[in-house]
Amino acid sequence: MTEASARGGQPQEFEKVLAGSDTAVAQFESHDRTAVERLQHFLHSSPAAVPLIVLIASLAVFAFVIGSRFFSPFSMTLILQQVAIVGIIGAAQTLVILTAGIDLSVGAIMVLTSVVMGQFTFRYGLPAPVAILCGFGVGAACGFLNGWLVAQVKLPPFIVTLGTWQIILAANFLYSANETIRAQDIEAQAPLLQWFGNNIRIGNAVFTYGVIAMVVLVLVLWHVLNHTAWGRHVYAVGDDPEAAELSGVNVNRMLLSVYVLAGLICALAGWALIGRLGSVSPTSGQFANIESITAVVIGGISLFGGRGSILGMLFGALIVGVFSLALRLIGTDPQWTYLLIGVLIIAAVTVDQWIRKVAG
Amino acid sequence: MQSEPLLTARGLVKRYGRVTALDAADFDLYPGEILAVIGDNGAGKSSLIKAISGAITPDEGEIRLDGKPVAFRSPMEARDAGIETVYQNLALSPALSIADNMFLGREIRRPGPLGKWLRMLDRPAMEKRARAMLSELGLMTIQNIGQAVETLSGGQRQGVAVARAAAFGSKVVIMDEPTAALGVKESRRVLELILDVKKRGLPIVLISHNMPHVFEVADRIHIHRLGRRLTVIDPRQYTMSDAVAFMTGAKRPPETAVAA
Amino acid sequence: MTISALKTALFCATAFGVAALAAPASAQEVGACLITKTDTNPFFVKMKEGATAKAQELGINLKSYAGKIDGDSESQVAAIESCIADGARGILITASDTAGIVPSIKKARDAGILVIALDTPLEPADAADATFATDNLLAGELVGKWAAATLGEGAKDAKIAFLNLTPSQPTVDVLRNQGFMKGFGIDTKDINRIGDEDDARIVGHDVTNGNEEGGRKAMENLLQKDPSINVVHTINEPAAAGAYEALKAVGMESNVLIVSVDGGCPGVKNVEAGVIGATSQQYPLLMASLGIEAIKKFAETGEKPEATEGKSFVDTGVALVTARPVGGVDSIDVQKGLELCWG
Repeated sequence: MTEASARGGQPQEFEKVLAGSDTAVAQFESHDRTAVERLQHFLHSSPAAVPLIVLIASLAVFAFVIGSRFFSPFSMTLILQQVAIVGIIGAAQTLVILTAGIDLSVGAIMVLTSVVMGQFTFRYGLPAPVAILCGFGVGAACGFLNGWLVAQVKLPPFIVTLGTWQIILAANFLYSANETIRAQDIEAQAPLLQWFGNNIRIGNAVFTYGVIAMVVLVLVLWHVLNHTAWGRHVYAVGDDPEAAELSGVNVNRMLLSVYVLAGLICALAGWALIGRLGSVSPTSGQFANIESITAVVIGGISLFGGRGSILGMLFGALIVGVFSLALRLIGTDPQWTYLLIGVLIIAAVTVDQWIRKVAG
Repeated sequence: MQSEPLLTARGLVKRYGRVTALDAADFDLYPGEILAVIGDNGAGKSSLIKAISGAITPDEGEIRLDGKPVAFRSPMEARDAGIETVYQNLALSPALSIADNMFLGREIRRPGPLGKWLRMLDRPAMEKRARAMLSELGLMTIQNIGQAVETLSGGQRQGVAVARAAAFGSKVVIMDEPTAALGVKESRRVLELILDVKKRGLPIVLISHNMPHVFEVADRIHIHRLGRRLTVIDPRQYTMSDAVAFMTGAKRPPETAVAA
Repeated sequence: MTISALKTALFCATAFGVAALAAPASAQEVGACLITKTDTNPFFVKMKEGATAKAQELGINLKSYAGKIDGDSESQVAAIESCIADGARGILITASDTAGIVPSIKKARDAGILVIALDTPLEPADAADATFATDNLLAGELVGKWAAATLGEGAKDAKIAFLNLTPSQPTVDVLRNQGFMKGFGIDTKDINRIGDEDDARIVGHDVTNGNEEGGRKAMENLLQKDPSINVVHTINEPAAAGAYEALKAVGMESNVLIVSVDGGCPGVKNVEAGVIGATSQQYPLLMASLGIEAIKKFAETGEKPEATEGKSFVDTGVALVTARPVGGVDSIDVQKGLELCWG
């Protein structure tokens, strides 16, 4: 300490030069931005823009290369049908990833719930609506297990869901004895199970109920995430759980609710899966976890949590769908699809990192 | 100073294993004042503040707010009682907007069924109140209340956190090292902000290592040493060197100083 | 020093102890291993069932191992190592990686173990002492012939979609695919390769991973390529069921002939329901029980199994299952197929 003692309320000697300086604490737009910086800011504030641009561009390129075989109402709605399951699972994955978690068990939960819905109807003779409710119950229970282990026991989500993935999948095989329930039997005895396979036709465009369910689910979740307190808390928890806790968010309850909701959404996907396949097949959905994470990442949602839009996930899933159908129509080796999707994933994460630098 | 203290603590004890962080510590905050809390590292001042803000529960002792005994089990309970804390890390969510951050955990919902059933947030109301609060504290230049906090400078973020505390703190605002991470210019603005909050009638507990800042704004200075309150001094009667000497034990405070 | 020496001594003692305990058991009875690709696929479940029943009958101590998923070769390598350590006399294996597993197989054979490849031949096939398998080329050929005969004159203008297994063209995929072409009357060009043909009747090939999901998607993709498809060859029955759903969605299910290979119970029921026109049924139970018998014989006499005459492997048989038999192609009816089906 120097000898200069303080005089209450007076600026100190060294601060007097500040009198002539700017007096605003919160000052914005302090310098002219370059075009690149403006782009960075735009992308920062609209996280779904990048995947939307990629989606539109890829549609345009393939429409030009392949023509009407690809760019037709039928083909476009076919892509929607092909991504419906991944889109629904991706919605669950988005919620979890926004909280800076990850859920490797989504596909397993989906398959188990579809098996429960099918077997409860056929093995125990329960009415289909009851069996479906049981399926949702199992989905919620699986989600609760994940959420409890993450929130209360404080285990890392990756480890928790790596474990529950195996557990749920094994339970699925043990319980079902890998028995497929045939589409014809379901159609005859419990058509409600295949309800999501019904469709609405507008000209050549075919919208299955599964597709409609996916779109409605994503829009509802978009609204919830952006315009309700719960949704804002999901982002806050993913962003900085400590800050969220200190701001008055009950982080544990929030995480638990997210995983339970994710489990319920997986059960919805399980039901929709029966509509898509016609049958109940315990071996389906093996890669749903990876496919949903792919959609989320290409959709510009940060794996570090707290950033991104669920609409981006939908665009990400559609990009994968567009690439796989278009490349099959062109007739390339299927490996090219995987290769290009790999490139897209890395590109998406690179863009995400760049956009995040705006925070500096 | 006024007759009755607003917030008092008597005989607080907190032990962590064999370490005693608080050793029968006392604390008094009077209405409308800025009370600085200073102390050497490890003196237990952060334990004292955590006990008052609900972040830790003391093993022994009593805290009274408005004369009534209180026992906070979490920061949330302290907050509900009217004690707001501006944490050193600010506790803001960088990716959320200024308005969302200010109302995090106590959002305003739409009136009618939209709010009740769809649980929709009343963004316009939240933004209006956030803007009003920022203006009141002289932070008018914030143009876009919907802007993410991570796009703000350190001082601006501090401003948002202080505005949040001032907007909701009905009894006490605690500020933990508000100028520690800031540059010279931004520190000055934050000090003015603290005085603005005081003008609104809210008492402030200021924890700081920065002696010039403490001596500039504090009405009284609580000096913490070895887990307890050593003394409370009037900054107009002592120099910074005296305060540092008391803090480090180089000098013993006169008995009369404690009265304040 | 003393402590580590003590530890070593303890360890050795334990190891010898375990070996001493284990040795009499392996000396008394013949040990055998069954290693399948997975233990969830009904085909392998049936295989295990056949092997277990036969082993019990012959007093053989059978241990079963499986990969976690199809393609999990590491688990199979570990299983072979366990079998060698266990002193087994014979190994029955359906290899996930038919070429990659060969060095481990060699270790087992060097240890005096009889190795029989079940269902899937190794690369090279003689890396195993014998192969007990379905003649997949014949299986494909049977459904190809049946499809051509069913279409009659229409076979000349058929539009055919091929729903295969995986992009890497595993042997079973190639054999069934090319067998179908052979039976249908398409020039296969290189019979070891899918996709080098230039017959105008081929609309295209796509992969299904052998499940409903993949079957549906692949069918949708190929329909986009050419909506006039009227014949679909599928790698197995789940893929066929998926293809049927895709056709049904566009109202084409009754105009298209679906053929398949496998003969699982849901598949045969789908033949009965008219979803699949015909399927070539294979017999995993027989493969496994014959394999166990061969191990027993080898353990007693040292004799190794001989390949079926004219073939490089022991043919465990294949039969065409259809509700609509055609002249010139032998077939069994659905009733018979249901009696013999697996899964």
